[in-house]
Amino acid sequence: MEAVEAAQLKQTFLKDIYAIPDGERIKQCQQCGTCSGSCPTSSRMDFSPREIIAALRAGMLDRVLQSNTVWLCSSCYSCTVRCPAGIKFTDVMYELKRLGKRYGFINRKSTTAQFARAFVKTVDRHGRNAEGELMLRYYLATSPFKGLGQLGLSLRMLLKKRLPFRPHRIKQRKSLQKMIAEAKKGA
Amino acid sequence: MIAPSTKAYTYYPGCSLTSTNKAYDISTRNVARVLGIEMVDLEDWNCCGATAYTAIREHRSFVLSARNLALAEKIGHDLVTVCAGCYLALHKTNKYFAEDSRLRENIRRALQAGGEDYHGGIRVRHFLDVLVKDLGEEVICRHVVRRFQGLKVAPYYGCQITRPFGDIDDPEFPVGMSRLLRWIGAEPLDFSMITKCCGGMLMITQPEVGRELTGEILRQARATGADCIATACPLCQINLEAYQRKISSQHGCDCNIPVLYFSQLLGITLGLNPKNIALKDNLTPYEAVFAARSA
Repeated sequence: MEAVEAAQLKQTFLKDIYAIPDGERIKQCQQCGTCSGSCPTSSRMDFSPREIIAALRAGMLDRVLQSNTVWLCSSCYSCTVRCPAGIKFTDVMYELKRLGKRYGFINRKSTTAQFARAFVKTVDRHGRNAEGELMLRYYLATSPFKGLGQLGLSLRMLLKKRLPFRPHRIKQRKSLQKMIAEAKKGA
Repeated sequence: MIAPSTKAYTYYPGCSLTSTNKAYDISTRNVARVLGIEMVDLEDWNCCGATAYTAIREHRSFVLSARNLALAEKIGHDLVTVCAGCYLALHKTNKYFAEDSRLRENIRRALQAGGEDYHGGIRVRHFLDVLVKDLGEEVICRHVVRRFQGLKVAPYYGCQITRPFGDIDDPEFPVGMSRLLRWIGAEPLDFSMITKCCGGMLMITQPEVGRELTGEILRQARATGADCIATACPLCQINLEAYQRKISSQHGCDCNIPVLYFSQLLGITLGLNPKNIALKDNLTPYEAVFAARSA
């Protein structure tokens, strides 16, 4: 069962990655490790960027997605600008994040994934981000207790009027929502 | 009387500049005003679909960015932003829109469903690049009234201005901000962390990782002998200014250092008062930096 799932993951992933600009370059990975050496968070990843491509080739993407690896990518693009094969590895990470979401690898412990979810919900609703609502959604989805740790900073920001209560909404929300609905179809 | 420069731009502030980072917005607008740059507000702009959005909804994030490009196309000027995240999202969408015909068609179909359209006619710019390249040394120096004296600055770009495309500066060792700092009398330091990652939103979601990355930037800035750090990204600004006490006690070293937007530093030398560059919004002390200007 597990082997079938892993194969399916690989297949879906390759189909998606080939569809993005320069996606096919992933075939040219020579396992040099420049990406892992450039990555500011690779030391904390269960699978470093180089190992992710090795895992893909070995049909072990499921293990990568079960770990917290891809959500440690902060999108700094250091790997992308240094890769000698021209692989846009940050886009690979994005693709893996979406793959994990699609196949249900996101849980309460995937904090960065929950943050992304909260962000998308907030933006889809107002057309813009609303920091207060985003934080509320995020801490409710993960750990309300941890939210308390941010109280000090929130208070400092409030005093400087840097934390508004009311979201800034765009006027053409209906038009935007139609675009989002159409984009959902196209994706 | 200094003749105003005639170039006009469309201005996209981005979400964080309306709230948590409004000092960046205020200082940018006032700096532009003094320098004679016309900034036309982009009406009814929406979120650019930055990093956190792209992570799970790529296609939709392109559509979000493209709506802003479509609105900007009606005005026609270059679209300028100071937020590094917005710059990357808008710029990347624009690039992929031009390069990938399938993506282009999908984006246009979504825009048309909402009554808009985009034809690829807009250039996305970062304000720092506009200052350095479009205005340049001569125009900026002409407007400087109080140069910094002996102020050592660690220039810090973060990730998303020069990477991944590297088309406004070197992706890892950019020089634009240092040039600007020199024009206003400051001493830009050779800063090893100039484009290293601050951790971005990991500061919220994986605080131990965020504090390690931001801590290293603060430590290096102190070790290099900087009087302050100059930032060009709202998220970097918050990460660098808001957790200094926590990081200092956790790492057992003094990581306290003033952090200002490059637009605030420039504003000081253009003779703007603290209110016009919203210095009081900063979470780190700015008084010593403000005092380092000539009479």
